[in-house]
Parts: sequence; structure tokens; C-alpha cells
Amino acid sequence: MSSEVVSELMREHIVKLVASGRRADGRGPEETRKLTIEKNYIKTAEGSARVRLGNTDVLVGVKIGIGEPYPDTPTSGVLTTSAELVPLASPTFESGPPSPTAIEIARVVDRGIRETKTVDMSKLVITPGEKVWVLFIDIHALDYDGNLFDAASYGTLAALSCATMRGAKLGVPDRPLPVDHWPISITAAKIRNTIVFDPALDEERIADARLTVATDENGDVRAMQKGLTGSFSYDEVRYVISTARRLGNEIRGIVRA
Amino acid sequence: MEDIEHFEKEIRLVDENGRRIDGRSLDALRPIKIEAGVLKRADGSAYVEWGDNRVLAAVYGPREAHPRHLQDPTRALVQCRYNMAPFSVSDRKRPGPDRRSVEISKVTSEAFANVVFREQFPRTSVDIFIEVLQADAGTRCAGITAASVALADAGIPMRDLIASCASGKIAGQIALDLNKEEDNFGDADCPMAVVPRTGEIVLLQMDGHLTEDEFDRAMKLSMGATSKIYEMQKDALRRRYAVTALDEDDASEVSP
Amino acid sequence: MESSEPRRQVVIPGEIVDTHGLKPGHGTYVDGGKVLAAFLGIRTEHEGFVDIIPLGGRYFPQPDDEVVGQVVDLGPSHWLIDLNAPYPAPLHATESPWRVEFGETSKFMIIGDACLVKVLSVDETKRVQVTMRDRGGRRLSGGHIVEIGHSKVPRLIGKGGSMITMIKDFTRCQAFVGQNGRVWIDGEMNDMVHAIQAIRMIDEHAQAIGLTESVKGYLEGAYGKRGA
Repeated sequence: MSSEVVSELMREHIVKLVASGRRADGRGPEETRKLTIEKNYIKTAEGSARVRLGNTDVLVGVKIGIGEPYPDTPTSGVLTTSAELVPLASPTFESGPPSPTAIEIARVVDRGIRETKTVDMSKLVITPGEKVWVLFIDIHALDYDGNLFDAASYGTLAALSCATMRGAKLGVPDRPLPVDHWPISITAAKIRNTIVFDPALDEERIADARLTVATDENGDVRAMQKGLTGSFSYDEVRYVISTARRLGNEIRGIVRA
Repeated sequence: MEDIEHFEKEIRLVDENGRRIDGRSLDALRPIKIEAGVLKRADGSAYVEWGDNRVLAAVYGPREAHPRHLQDPTRALVQCRYNMAPFSVSDRKRPGPDRRSVEISKVTSEAFANVVFREQFPRTSVDIFIEVLQADAGTRCAGITAASVALADAGIPMRDLIASCASGKIAGQIALDLNKEEDNFGDADCPMAVVPRTGEIVLLQMDGHLTEDEFDRAMKLSMGATSKIYEMQKDALRRRYAVTALDEDDASEVSP
Repeated sequence: MESSEPRRQVVIPGEIVDTHGLKPGHGTYVDGGKVLAAFLGIRTEHEGFVDIIPLGGRYFPQPDDEVVGQVVDLGPSHWLIDLNAPYPAPLHATESPWRVEFGETSKFMIIGDACLVKVLSVDETKRVQVTMRDRGGRRLSGGHIVEIGHSKVPRLIGKGGSMITMIKDFTRCQAFVGQNGRVWIDGEMNDMVHAIQAIRMIDEHAQAIGLTESVKGYLEGAYGKRGA
């Protein structure tokens, strides 16, 4: 619906529909939408990717420069992740400082890269205490139809995977940014008692709870984030993890390509 | 971060054959591609590639203007927000509006307010969003060009589209459509926007140094260019809604 | 899609649309003695007028339109109905089928409820009034609402209602097509899934040739051939 209020009637329809194992766009509960990734989309960025997950469209740019490390981490590169949910992408996005949703997305994506050592920040030191590589990951939503978490995460990983560290200032050749792991995030939404994966907007709007799980190429769990006010049982969490692992393996190839 | 590449002042923006750094002649436009209806959520949208510029525009509305106290009881507001993505420029730009973006937003809103039939929608706002994804000078012209197409795509009633282009002076010579190096190291830049059918100028800015005669020549170049850009805008809209034919049975139903 | 001579011409705002002294109709404006298009749309003529049917754009309420609305706010003696239009419309308690005491509107409809209403009036300042006292006006419960572009509504209804009747007959669903592009359907879950799919086909391919055949083909595929 164009207004933000979702009518009870539509909510009930989707609840019943998913409970019967179907979804409004014809997918099965564990089916993710079509994913396409265009790498090196933006010339002015050192790495970039435009991701389309169904009708959700996100552009991620990675800018890499040289700067000073943080004083308390002299032997580590600097990584900053931000997300802009610009009003162009949805009638529900407002201009202004980042909303809690934008901040949550940025922080979850950031942890997914930093804590997993997808990019090992300790390898990004030029002169300890003085000069390090500085990475900015900027997530720019373009069209919102649900599941920004996964779209932003795939875009970030894809952008990092094609990013170049320009060596001109150091008098060394350019080299690719080393990416050591491939954590793929999969988001599930719980609608009443049914769990569906890669929620589209109409599902996301009525979901009671949301769980994002990132698994790596070895099948290990690398990141998790639960959202919304509902709850999951322990069995449901295990189910989401094992499904996320399987779906993640299918998607990893697309992101790595 | 990365420094602006240092061109020596002696770098020849124009060579002895009248060729520019990118090989163009002084009166040539960069290659332009326009596509209408590229986003799903927005009421109207358009994407423009203009040289190395990449700009996306979206329109929402007319919709109720908020906050209430900004509503105009007699007509629609036209509010344009121009924004550059942090990765759109060589030196990463902090997210959020800076003073330049605010100024461009204002003059662009004013340009569109001239052509939109605002009285048809009192108390509402027509919201235009321009996102620069990749910048190489002339982004406001690309943005206006895209936003016009997005407005038509959104079904907003207007007198006409608006076409926009810039010309300026480089190495002492009048040139059309400056790219980034030319804008940085040239002598003048003059972006403008017109109502193509009438030639009315709805946006005009200039910085640098031009004699009156040089200004006339620059405007002549821009006017010629905006005619071409207008054709591209119309073509993009026609392609989007290419009507091949209608079902015999239902043809009569598609009427007001 | 086969291409053939465009029967209807797409015009851009600002284009001249009269060539033979036609009078300015809907979607046009006059400047310097010429009639010009105000909208991106299809140029048509009727009874000496040239009209532009907008191709895009939001729904704008007209008196007597029957629409599917949604309650977005309420007060002690009215509900505020979103019509998928630039303006919401108040529905006064006196225009409802119920006896509503002052302050008791929420007993009958709450925020989020969907309803069928008719547009009563639109004044010069574009303030819209709706009523539920017309035949068919009611609060909706059950079923689902699908949104299509409001310009596709005539296509979904079809000549003399033929398209929507075909969908209803095959799927045995109740359906109401609001002029505002919102379609309410109700029936068995399986049947609703097919009806929604047919409606989506029409929304996506409204301009296509042979759309009626494609929709019929889909429904026959789902239900088997049978007389409408």
C-alpha cells in the first residue's frame, strides 16, 4: 500500500498465505529472489558494486586512501562503514541524519567485514603509528523492496572483492585489496509462526521478528543480528542457521564471480 | 585522501587543432544516455549517463506536504534535493548535505517550480530527488535533465520539460560542456537550464570571467546543445512507453 | 510482441497537440493560440476536443468514483481515508452506514481498516469528501488488496466488465476494482492466488496485444478449459 499503514486485512492474507507455504511473489519459503551484481560500477570509487535482489537495488562504493591510524590501534588500518537510505529509494525514507535503521545496517555490515577479518585490518599498515590504509564503505540505497541487510552485505563484499589500493603516492604499483573470507548473510523473517527467507517489502512490513545470519565458506557462523520486537525459539534459530548456511553457499558464487 | 591530480598550468586544455583533452572539439557535447522509468518505488524516475557523470533522479508526488506549516494552500510546493554519494568524487565526500548541495537544490527547485502546473495540487509537495552516483563536472545539468524526465514519467503536469547544459571558457576559448579538468583549470563555467519550447531561461549561474560577447557565444552553444538534449529526453520517454498497439476488444476502454 | 503502426501517439509535456483547430480537452493547456500537452500521455480526440490520457501519475479522485480506501487516522466524528491519491479524504460519521456516537468512531473502524467508499465531492481547493452510504459502501474484512496503476483500471475491468468477470468466473472470487487502482478480492486461498496473478499480469502488460488471450490462457492453465 502506498501509505505506511498496512491494513489488517492485507496482513492476515499474507500470514495465511505464508502459513500455507506460499508467498505473494510465488516463491517458496526458503527461496531467495533473483540476485544480480555488477562490479566496478563506479569509476570514482576504488571498488564498487550495484546489487539487485529482486526489486531491491543498492549501490556500494569503497573508497581507499591513506591516512593516520586511530591512536589506540596504531597497527591497524581504518575502516568506516555508513549507509544512506536516501529518500529517492522509498517514500518512507526521509532526508536528514541517518535513522536507527540506517545505522543498524551500517554497523551490522561493518561487523560482518571487520570481525570476520574478511579484510584483515592488520595487513593494511604502511608505517605503524603513522600511515595506514583508510577504507570507507558507503552503502547507498536506490530502490527499496525489502531486505536491505542482505543486499547491502552482498554489495559490500562484492565491492571489496574488486577494490584496488592505489600505490601512486607510495611509489608502488596498485594492488588488489586482499579479501580473506566470504561471509554471506541471509535474512529470515518470522510471520506469526512461519519463517520465510529473503523477505520482500510486503513481508518485512508485517514480520514479527527478523534474524540475519552470516556464514562463511567453511560453514561457520560469523555474524548474527536479530531485529524487531518478536521472538524466536531456539529450534527456530538453529533452523535459520542451517538454512542460511545452505542458501549462503548458493549465493557465494555470485558474489565472488 | 587522494590529491587532486596536479596539472601544470601549461597543460593544454585545447591543442593547436582545437581538440580538447578528451578529444572533443570546442562545441561538442559529451556522450549522453537517458533512460526513463528505472526505479520501482518512485512515482517517476530517470537515469542519465553524461560523459563520466552518472545521475539518478526520482519523483514522489504530488503528496501531502509535511510539515503542515510549509503547505501552500493555493498550490503545490516543488522541492528538489540534490545529493552526491560519498563515492561519487575522487576525494570521498562525507554523507549529508553540504552548502553546495543545498544551493544546487534550491536553484533546481526554483527552475522546476516555473514549469510545473502547481495550482492543480494545492497543499501538496512534488518531491524531486537527484542522486549523483559518479561526478565529472556538470552534475547539476545532468541532474536537471534527469529530473525533468522523471517528472514527466511521474505524470506531473508541466508546461514543458526543462533541458540543461553548461558552457564556459577554457584556454581563452568558449567551449561547450566542460568536464572536470576543464572546470577546475578553465576560466569560466556557466550552467543554464531552459524551457525548450519558449527559450525561457529558468536556471543561470556563472563563475569565472567572461566578456559580454563571450557570454553570448557561450549561451548560443548551450542553447544549441539543449535542443539536442531535449530530443534525447523525449526519446527516452517515448521508448519507455512504446505503444505497439492495443487489443481490439479493449481499445475503447482506454479512455478518460 | 509484434510491432505495428502505433494507433495512439505518445506525447510529451509541451508538445503541440492540435493540428486542425480542435478544442483543448483534458490534460492540455493553451499557449499562444496553440493547444499543448500538459502530461506525458496518449493523445486522443473526441467530439471536437483533443485530450491527453496521462500514462503515469497518481490517482486523482473524481466525484462518483468508487474506491478502496484505508483508514489512516480518526477523530471523534470522522475517519481519515487514504485513497492512494495526493489527498486523504475525511469520511464523516454521518456518511457511514452506522449510528456513531460522538467519540465512538473507533468502535466501527480503526486505523488500518480497509473500506469501500464513493467520492462525494471535490471542491476547488481539492478537498475530497467520501461517503459509505452508497450501495456497496462498507468496511472490508477478509480477502486481500492488490494495487495496480490506476491507469490500468479500464483494462482490468475490460469492455463491459468482460476481463474482471472472466477472472471472477474462473477463480470464483469476489472482486471489486476501485477506480484508485486498488483491487479487493476474496475467496479460497488457492483461487485468490490465481486471481492475484491474473491481475498482476494485466498491471504489467496493460499495453500488450493479446493480453486478454494471455490472461485467459493462464486461467485455463490453472483451472482447465471451461465456459466463462
